[in-house]
Amino acid sequence: MERVMMKGNEALAEGAIRAGCRFFFGYPITPQNEIPEYMARRLPEVGGVFLQAESEVSAINMVYGAGGAGARVLTSSSGPGISLKLEGISYIAGAQVPCVIVNVARGGPGLGGLTPSQADYFQATKGGGHGDYRLLVYAPGNAQEMVDLMGLAFDKAEEYRNPVMILTDAIMGQMMEPVVLPPLRTVTAEQPWATTGKQGRKKPNLINSLGIVGEELERINIELQAKYDRMAAAEARYEADGTAEADLIVVAYGTSSRVARSAIARLRQEGKKVGLFRPVTLWPFPQAVLASLAADGKRFLVVEMSAGQLVEDVILAVNDRAKVSFFGKLNGTVPTVREVYDRIRSLLPEGGEG
Amino acid sequence: MKKIFAYPRALTQKRTHYCPGCTHGIIHRLVAEAIDDLDIQERTIGIAPVGCAVLAYDYFDLDFQEAAHGRAPAVATGIKRVHPEAIVFSYQGDGDLASIGMAEIIHAAARGEKITVIFVNNTVYGMTGGQMAPTTLPGQKTTTSPYGRDTATVGYPIRVCELLATLDGPAYLARVSVHDPAHIVRAGKAIRQAFAMQMAGKGFSLVEVLSSCPTNWGMTPVQALSWIKEKMIPYYPLGVFRAPEEVTGDDV
Ligand SMILES: Cc1ncc(C[n+]2csc(CCOP(=O)(O)OP(=O)(O)O)c2C)c(N)n1
Ligand code: SF4
Ligand SMILES: [Mg+2]
Repeated sequence: MERVMMKGNEALAEGAIRAGCRFFFGYPITPQNEIPEYMARRLPEVGGVFLQAESEVSAINMVYGAGGAGARVLTSSSGPGISLKLEGISYIAGAQVPCVIVNVARGGPGLGGLTPSQADYFQATKGGGHGDYRLLVYAPGNAQEMVDLMGLAFDKAEEYRNPVMILTDAIMGQMMEPVVLPPLRTVTAEQPWATTGKQGRKKPNLINSLGIVGEELERINIELQAKYDRMAAAEARYEADGTAEADLIVVAYGTSSRVARSAIARLRQEGKKVGLFRPVTLWPFPQAVLASLAADGKRFLVVEMSAGQLVEDVILAVNDRAKVSFFGKLNGTVPTVREVYDRIRSLLPEGGEG
Repeated sequence: MKKIFAYPRALTQKRTHYCPGCTHGIIHRLVAEAIDDLDIQERTIGIAPVGCAVLAYDYFDLDFQEAAHGRAPAVATGIKRVHPEAIVFSYQGDGDLASIGMAEIIHAAARGEKITVIFVNNTVYGMTGGQMAPTTLPGQKTTTSPYGRDTATVGYPIRVCELLATLDGPAYLARVSVHDPAHIVRAGKAIRQAFAMQMAGKGFSLVEVLSSCPTNWGMTPVQALSWIKEKMIPYYPLGVFRAPEEVTGDDV
């Protein structure tokens, strides 16, 4: 086990290499450039392939090809580039091809800005591309999770034959933190369903999302939905910090969860009972846990760097059993600890010890 | 007795959905014969387009990936980088390759990506009902150029082989036709040559095949073949546009 200081983006890249990823296709965009730049240096060292594509559209289709051919393959981008990748992501989901896609989110809509944002939550969790499909979406909370969730992402992508997204943001990508790196894994591109050339197989392998004949499309969708049900039942992850004894629970992921944690620490020093609920998977959303906390009479405050996207999933999860408040930042800046502290205070009973 | 004619091993027995007189079927056969000839069926991977050939994977007895509209060269790139020893080819129409997928084909060619592209130019969007394509001839009537392609407002057809021949990446570029038996034989040789280039690791190879679409041209199959000869070939001259020195273009 090696312990090193790394930028979040580099932790993602090295995490992928350690997980056996040997193929990267991407296109430059800030604030994720450290990932392709790291891969361009590092992949040749481990016998892998880095290729800068002519566009995000091409990059994701190269991913579709490489993933369909059985390899562990990564691409990364930010908002405008992820929007271009959505066509390919829909095909990849439809054809059940494993791969990992990173979004180091920046502010939008349109060209937006380069500052951190959490406004791509809907895009990541509610589709974005066409058709009824789901991505498994991880939201790391620190550089260590960048490494660990990347490894998990590749394993889960293969287990479910499904694209997995890692949604993070400009701050998390740029921040240096110590990480412990797992050993290097070597994974061969051997999957029984992959396109390799028939190699003596009787039946050719086909990677495809077309279902125009008869009831084929319905059958494909039923199969996909059954898989998503299995994922929803088994894959939800979260961190619950002091939620059992809390009067108020802050719900936040990624950068906003880090700010919220600092605000909560201060409030706890003052004797307030405030908890943090941090979804680690944004899809499947850990709604059952939130629902039972709501049933226990908790109040919720959702903090995110958007006009309110995660908050919709929280409201759905608590389903009128609890009051949900919202604090969002729209200007591409991170909420300050003071702002979050004040907002939590304003929601707590006046002068009460909890 | 020597067998001189047989059903290609690289084709399945499935009946195609192509219209009567459509030359997509002939081109499939030529591709399959080249694969048989070169004995590469067990290591060949095809990429099907979005277009009339979308179900190509049903007709070839090969591993296949179906690509999004125009993206086949990018998909082929991903596969080839994972399996450099495999033979990877895309089969694409003119709307697919020369319109929505122009960026993908140019960059795959410029990279010298070691793939083979079978480019089927029938001057229309066949699958969607015969709309104007980037290859529609000046004055040609289609459902979206009902008064004939007016070059003053919608510009001129794109000659893909000539365009790609400006790049250093391609190893082999040829334009062939399948409107009569003699041309079909030459087309088959060019397709075989393109695959052979890939096997030799030479780089990007593409064969443009002038193909008929009697349905959307509003012609009988026989009229459509004459139209290729009389109208298409003058605009899209046949020949080899790029080849290594040791390969002569005479037979195309
Ligand atoms: C993104 C996208 N846009 C449009 C279509 C609709 N579409 C299907 S086939 C096709 C044109 C195919 O024409 P061509 O590539 O020339 O092939 P042909 O059918 O003539 O062989 C179009 C526009 C699509 N499937 N996807
Ligand atoms: S529409 Fe045209 S290209 Fe398509 S199958 Fe029919 S004849 Fe062939
Ligand atoms: Mg066409």
